Amino acid sequence: MPQIFTASADTWLRAGVLLVGLGVLVTGVLWDGAIGSSAITAVGWVRDQPVPFSHKHHVGDLGIDCRYCHTTVETGPHAGFPATHTCMTCHSQLWTGAAALAPVRDSLATGTPIAWQRVARLPDYVQFNHSIHVARGVPCVTCHGRVDQMPLMMRAQPFQMRWCLDCHRDPDPHLRPPDQVTRMDWSTWDREGHADYGPHQAALFGIKPERMTDCALCHR
Amino acid sequence: MRRLLLLLPLILTLSSCDEMTHQPRYQAAGRGRLFPDGKAMQAPPEGTVAQDDPARAAALDERPPMTLDLLKRGRQRYDIYCSPCHDVAGAGRGPVVARGFPAPPSLDDPRLVRAPSRYFVEVITQGHGVMYDHADRVTPTDRWAIAAYIRALQRSRSTPVDELNAADRAHLSGGTP
Ligand code: HEC
Ligand code: HEC
Ligand code: HEC
Ligand code: HEC
Ligand code: HEC
Ligand code: HEC
Repeated sequence: MPQIFTASADTWLRAGVLLVGLGVLVTGVLWDGAIGSSAITAVGWVRDQPVPFSHKHHVGDLGIDCRYCHTTVETGPHAGFPATHTCMTCHSQLWTGAAALAPVRDSLATGTPIAWQRVARLPDYVQFNHSIHVARGVPCVTCHGRVDQMPLMMRAQPFQMRWCLDCHRDPDPHLRPPDQVTRMDWSTWDREGHADYGPHQAALFGIKPERMTDCALCHR
Repeated sequence: MRRLLLLLPLILTLSSCDEMTHQPRYQAAGRGRLFPDGKAMQAPPEGTVAQDDPARAAALDERPPMTLDLLKRGRQRYDIYCSPCHDVAGAGRGPVVARGFPAPPSLDDPRLVRAPSRYFVEVITQGHGVMYDHADRVTPTDRWAIAAYIRALQRSRSTPVDELNAADRAHLSGGTP
């Protein structure tokens, strides 16, 4: 019987094991950088959507309020996606022949909702609720970024646990007037001198940061 | 070789990293393979009366008392749902009309000034001509609030400036809302 392993087999094995070991080590060292990288958090990535819907166009240029389309953001846990009927409110008259809108017209004809690709999504084991954040005056832009400048929707924040907790430990500086939550540009807010606003609102609503890091708040 | 096999459990655990992230449950607006139409959210059978239907019908029937809060709510809702076409002043020259949508009549058209408030509620509920209904977006109470605010808009467009008090006039010329 001929020999299965050549004389160098042992060396190859050792080299292989060494490489794997090194790999694990390097991964460990890079881990802290890696979990913050956009490859993991998907920040700034766009996805192929069935219709190239542009928030820049509809929100930035036309000035349509978020709640025109995301109707349940103030009342429920989900912001929700607009029904095809909502798109057709305008597109029954505008761009009626556009190829880009063909899936919208098909969706209306067949009654099948448009299958949007989600970009801002949490793992299923996390509970999130829009209505409480909106009612307390956390603006959309804090979590979703400058939506009015996005030709295609992308994730603006890492949506990791430490990001949620950074705010939950000290929400005061993030609070804004609840009737302006859909406003996108807050660059003048600090200059206008609203240093007392956050603490005042937090006291008004009885927000207790020590309760806002309970595991059961988000994991049930 | 056997030493390499020891790495196998490690590789297997890596492959289960997705654990619990995507659980086999239906998302509110997601796909539901169980149903013929493929939607997780099923429409109720024909003829179903929702628990809150009587309350909604009552809210639609009865006009809420006019208060400042109702007007403020009406302004907010009008600005969200109507201003894209009717513009914030009600003249019918909103940004969507500027892109080619048929222009609606001005809301201070004498015919609409004479129309009862219920008429505005009905237009929101059923739509009118090329305007789709907004019943899925605006709750019955909010429809009344918008109707009330339309009255305020009509009033604002027919009131001569010299009928305003001094403070309001200063406000007007200052240009700040
Ligand atoms: C309130 C009115 C309105 C609604 C509601 C609306 N759109 Fe539009 N949309 C417009 C207008 C106006 C334009 C054209 C803008 C222009 O010509 O500059 C447009 C353009 C588009 C375009 C092509 C132009 C481009 O470059 O982006 C797409 C695609 C589109 N809309 C998709 C949608 C979808 C999908 C929905 C439903 C979620 C929707 N729209 C809802 C008003 C609306
Ligand atoms: C004309 C309707 C319309 C308006 C107005 C609108 N959206 Fe959207 N939004 C959509 C549609 C349709 C999608 C799904 C397609 C996509 O992801 O681009 C969407 C997707 C999103 C998503 C991504 C959710 C996910 O998980 O994929 C976010 C976040 C969002 N919108 C936030 C906003 C905010 C904030 C505003 C207001 C500044 C706003 N939208 C205004 C129609 C609208
Ligand atoms: C405190 C942060 C936060 C704020 C403020 C916030 N969102 Fe979200 N949004 C999220 C998170 C987290 C998700 C993912 C939820 C999930 O997957 O369960 C999300 C998901 C969405 C989605 C996808 C559909 C859905 O219902 O899950 C839309 C649309 C959306 N947000 C719109 C808005 C709008 C419009 C506003 C402002 C009125 C807003 N969001 C304010 C964090 C926020
Ligand atoms: C920018 C600030 C901010 C961010 C980011 C944020 N939150 Fe919140 N969250 C708040 C505030 C403010 C409240 C209201 C607390 C209160 O009223 O007691 C709240 C409340 C909640 C509640 C409800 C608490 C209750 O009383 O029922 C949940 C659940 C929650 N947040 C989950 C999340 C999750 C999950 C994330 C990350 C994806 C997140 N939040 C990110 C500010 C934030
Ligand atoms: C404000 C909301 C919030 C609170 C409070 C919270 N978590 Fe989380 N947790 C999250 C989110 C969001 C994620 C998902 C992170 C991701 O997708 O990277 C998560 C993920 C996790 C994971 C899985 C991590 C992973 O990488 O797979 C564990 C374990 C966990 N949380 C434990 C806890 C424990 C223990 C507590 C209490 C000390 C706690 N969480 C409190 C929001 C929260
Ligand atoms: C997509 C654009 C659009 C939006 C959004 C819209 N409308 Fe209209 N509206 C129109 C057009 C166009 C007409 C004229 C319809 C016709 O005569 O065919 C109209 C007509 C009307 C009329 C007059 C009916 C008559 O007898 O002539 C009223 C009242 C009205 N709208 C109220 C509203 C209210 C209230 C809202 C908000 C909830 C709203 N509209 C939102 C486009 C719009």
